Amino acid sequence: MRKVFSDMSLAKRIIPCLDVDNGRVVKGVKFVDIRDAGDPVEIARRYNREGADELAFLDITATHHDRDTMVHVVEQVAGEVFIPLTVGGGIRTLADIQRMLKAGADKVSINSAAVFNPEFVREASDRFGASCIVVAIDTKKVSAVGEPDQWEIFTHGGRKATGIDAIEWAARMTEYGAGEILLTSMDRDGTRAGFDLALTRAISEAVPVPVIASGGVGSLQHLADGIVEGKADAVLAASIFHFAEYSIHEAKEFMAAQGIEVRL
Amino acid sequence: MSYIAVIDYGMGNLHSITKALQFVGPDVPVQVSAEPEIILNADRVVFPGVGAIRDCMQALRDANLTEVIKTATKNKPFLGICLGMQALLTDNEENEHTVCLDIIPGHVVRFQGGFDSKGQRLKIPHMGWSPVHQKPHPLWADIPQDSRFYFVHSYYAIPDNGSVVAATADYPLPFACALTRDNVFAVQFHPEKSHTAGLQLLKNFLHWDGNT
Repeated sequence: MRKVFSDMSLAKRIIPCLDVDNGRVVKGVKFVDIRDAGDPVEIARRYNREGADELAFLDITATHHDRDTMVHVVEQVAGEVFIPLTVGGGIRTLADIQRMLKAGADKVSINSAAVFNPEFVREASDRFGASCIVVAIDTKKVSAVGEPDQWEIFTHGGRKATGIDAIEWAARMTEYGAGEILLTSMDRDGTRAGFDLALTRAISEAVPVPVIASGGVGSLQHLADGIVEGKADAVLAASIFHFAEYSIHEAKEFMAAQGIEVRL
Repeated sequence: MSYIAVIDYGMGNLHSITKALQFVGPDVPVQVSAEPEIILNADRVVFPGVGAIRDCMQALRDANLTEVIKTATKNKPFLGICLGMQALLTDNEENEHTVCLDIIPGHVVRFQGGFDSKGQRLKIPHMGWSPVHQKPHPLWADIPQDSRFYFVHSYYAIPDNGSVVAATADYPLPFACALTRDNVFAVQFHPEKSHTAGLQLLKNFLHWDGNT
């Protein structure tokens, strides 16, 4: 039998994501009141002031030198922004995790390393605790129109199929110790057409841990849809905040008006 | 010279709490240490922690810190955070029952899960920002009632004596998220990650004389 409780007061989270390439935030930024539009520390400050619930940093560079730059960025942000910080991109070893946590990250997100070596997630969770370990899942719909929905895990920025079913993978990753799932629809990423709501809902209902919806946000309604229809626990977006189309605060007021519990 | 000791026993990330203490009290030195002498001579002690309780208790024993912590909780302002709060209770059902420090008598148990009235699954860990219902205490000074704090945990405390409860939160039923007894204050949430409300609580701790 299902246990049913009254509504909870836990806020749904809004997480702006900063894509960082060699220490600079990519995707143009047009804030009028910050000195250096590409400086991740300045942007983190701005989002913190606007009421972001968490910040995500995605290191999109590959070289070791640039990794050092990212560690430095995290250290600087952690020294003055007191909300949870998640860092992803190129996390492959326990030493990588240790380094980011030591720099001040609260969580790391593991993406392709989990696909190549699932045991890595188990080791990481055992060592650092499940609450530090986010597994990032990049997926695309592979079922044809008229067939039951099916999504598959992709690596290499969506270019390589793995044959792994996304729902089974999400469930397996939580068994291995993921404390949270960061779910990205590669079909929607960058399209501004909204989240893949069927995917978000399927994963959110399949796993016992919180799910962050990502990929495709182009309007405030999309954020609300991710929570209400997608049943996500948190929503992540980059460009609608970077271009200053909307502030985090505006997004929260919009969601609150639709009856979504947010931290204002 | 007066200073705050942050107990370093290898469990989790001490960077955030140290930075937050330095941010709210730039004039107060912070010593991150596992040395009994440094902890016992500090003016205030912060006991943080994340991870599994069995590993936490083992790490405390390995570092010969269990008696040190018991002593510190008797005579100076002492702040437990997250696992550092849970460790103060008598025992914890995690890891097939783990015996803890018994500084605040009571038990720590796991959230049961379930669904809310909209059919939404109750996720575990309880992760995110929940309102905290305060009971009168100096550490809540200048923090509006029901301010949200950031939580990440799968287990929660049930103290034997309800009078030690300094605040509750709901997930979905009310649970004790802050406990206090004399000079000890302990919170389940992370003040160092709770924006202005959390920083204010840490500031209040820096000025607290240990009396209620």
